Amino acid sequence: MTTDSGAASRDSRPASTEAGRDTYVRIDRVTKKFGAFTAVRQVSLDIRRGEIFCLLGGSGCGKTTLLRMLAGFEQPTEGRLYIDGVDVTDVPPYERPVNMMFQSYALFPHMSVFENVAFGLKQDRVPKAEIRDRVAEMLALVQLQDYGARKPHQLSGGQRQRVALARALAKRPKLLLLDEPLGALDKKLRERTQFELVGIQEKLGVTFVIVTHDQEEAMVLGTRIGVMHAGEILQVGTPTDIYEYPTSRYVADFIGSVNLYEGRIVEDEPDHVRIEVPDMATTVYVDHGIAAPPTAEVAVAIRPEKIHITPYKPLEAENVVRGTIQEIAYLGDNSRYVVRLDTGKVVRVTRPNVYRHDERLAWDDSVWMHWHPSSIVVVTR
Amino acid sequence: MRKLSPLVLAMLVLGFAFLYLPILAMIVYSFNASRLVTVWDAANSPTLKWYGELFANDQILEAARLSFEIAALTATGAVVLGTLAAFALVRYGAFGGRALFTGLTTAPMVLPEVITGLSLLLLFVALESMIGWPAGRGQLTTTIAHVTFTAAYVVVVVQSRLATMDRSLEEAAMDLGARPWKVFFVVTLPIIAPAIASGWLLAFILSWDDVVIASFVSGPGSTTLPMLIFSKVRLGVSPDINALATILVLIVSTVVVGLGLLLYRRERQRQREVRAAVAADSR
Ligand SMILES: Nc1ncnc2c1ncn2[C@@H]1O[C@H](COP(=O)(O)OP(=O)(O)OP(=O)(O)O)[C@@H](O)[C@H]1O
Ligand SMILES: [Mg+2]
Repeated sequence: MTTDSGAASRDSRPASTEAGRDTYVRIDRVTKKFGAFTAVRQVSLDIRRGEIFCLLGGSGCGKTTLLRMLAGFEQPTEGRLYIDGVDVTDVPPYERPVNMMFQSYALFPHMSVFENVAFGLKQDRVPKAEIRDRVAEMLALVQLQDYGARKPHQLSGGQRQRVALARALAKRPKLLLLDEPLGALDKKLRERTQFELVGIQEKLGVTFVIVTHDQEEAMVLGTRIGVMHAGEILQVGTPTDIYEYPTSRYVADFIGSVNLYEGRIVEDEPDHVRIEVPDMATTVYVDHGIAAPPTAEVAVAIRPEKIHITPYKPLEAENVVRGTIQEIAYLGDNSRYVVRLDTGKVVRVTRPNVYRHDERLAWDDSVWMHWHPSSIVVVTR
Repeated sequence: MRKLSPLVLAMLVLGFAFLYLPILAMIVYSFNASRLVTVWDAANSPTLKWYGELFANDQILEAARLSFEIAALTATGAVVLGTLAAFALVRYGAFGGRALFTGLTTAPMVLPEVITGLSLLLLFVALESMIGWPAGRGQLTTTIAHVTFTAAYVVVVVQSRLATMDRSLEEAAMDLGARPWKVFFVVTLPIIAPAIASGWLLAFILSWDDVVIASFVSGPGSTTLPMLIFSKVRLGVSPDINALATILVLIVSTVVVGLGLLLYRRERQRQREVRAAVAADSR
């Protein structure tokens, strides 16, 4: 499996060129139907050796179904799955070189922590002494050395999560599937565990595929992210790619917050374009060319933090609009503004609170907003 | 504690009296020296005379042994069949004829015992004349009959446990390399074991105190304990039956109270441990 060119050409952004680019998992036009309902539709995806790949998407978009097909619990209706070049589509779960960490952790309630972690090794008939060493090693890895004798119900949520991780890693799988691994943890524990998870992955060099519906988590954990919607993969890329260069309205809107307006191309040059945006009653100047037919219905997307907001008219001539402050939310580190334009549409703006005694903007103030010509993302889908 | 109103209290006392006074009377009269059940022989009572007679009565001992054997075999057979049926019902989704299958497995619970007994008798007779098996009626036919009607109860008990069991436990075992049969014995079975145990006990009790079905399908040589008691009582209540019943009550209440205490202790212990674990996390 060396034909990575297909994926590379689909990625519109200059993809990262770091080492270890070889494909480890290949999902080839996989479709999964439950009766008449299509949960996963024509998904093709290459996952590289040693990376942390995050599947990100809203509830019910088919993330778990895709993961379960990789683990072997669901059979694809169409398409093939390859792991390390071997077609595993018809291989039962107990023969796949893959382990999974379940969202509910699925720890065996009648076994101790030690027995839980040893379970996979026992199935492989590993000698007793070696099992003992490996389990001890795994428990040390997740910092639960002294908990081997406990039963799952004697553990807290965070400890259970770590036992589940240790159990899934005990067989030294080349590929680990994690379904919302941090979903059951509270926010603080979650943030701490995210970094632990990355640390463990780096230490062991295992390929991780992580399912999550939390975009922040995907950004922190993922070397690359695949955004799913309604059973399809919309975009694959690094966190920066996905945030700064979304290729569709859905991705732009799903990741972070964004101002999204429909527009029409009025000037299309290789090095710049102008787009008329009726909602803003202005024509937006974009300092790069776009690959779209001139007649295309496009949308312009701009992130709230890329808009400058001032009480006086800026010097720039282009990409300037006027409005009235309708809403202010002071969050400490930054403030969020909702500004109403004369057209009735609103623009969301975020401004970091750099100085303690800042010029304060107030409700109903008349303000100016402007942005750099490179800040606009033009999406055609 | 909240005070009960006199009316409620009176109803409570009356209710319990209605339930337990007869049993209490029976226990007291089992120590009565007089042969006449209704006359208390104050001079020679209490006495263990009837208990002594009981243990000298081969007929009763033999019937008790037979009943015990049938009940134990029945419970074991019903648990195997019932668990398999429950598995099929819960695990294999909406297979064709599932509703019919569900109805058929649980029908014996609502069918009048007379009908179950009669139809099984007809079946055994027809089978014997056709293939010569089962030869005659006795312990074997009674056991088979009991398995058929107690398995329904086991299905219900095991089914509800299986339905609430987290399926990802089985998937996790498979994911870690265990084959389906191994998964069943190492993961599923231990987790549903409490349900299987209660199913076993339920089937045992149902078989142990069944008179109606046993009367249809057991032969002349194999009289179960309930049948014996029933036939003896029809000839007039004798004090040794009181003694026998007292022993049975004693056994049943010891088992029930013992099990209850054990489960209560385990649950308390478990809750303590869960609390401790959660507390440790918030340090
Ligand atoms: N066994 C099944 N039978 C029928 N429909 C199913 C089955 N499993 C999943 N689905 C459907 O497929 C769709 C995708 O489900 P999936 O569990 O993959 O979503 P998800 O992306 O993991 O969502 P969530 O974030 O809520 O976990 C859902 O609409 C779900 O109802
Ligand atoms: Mg899911």
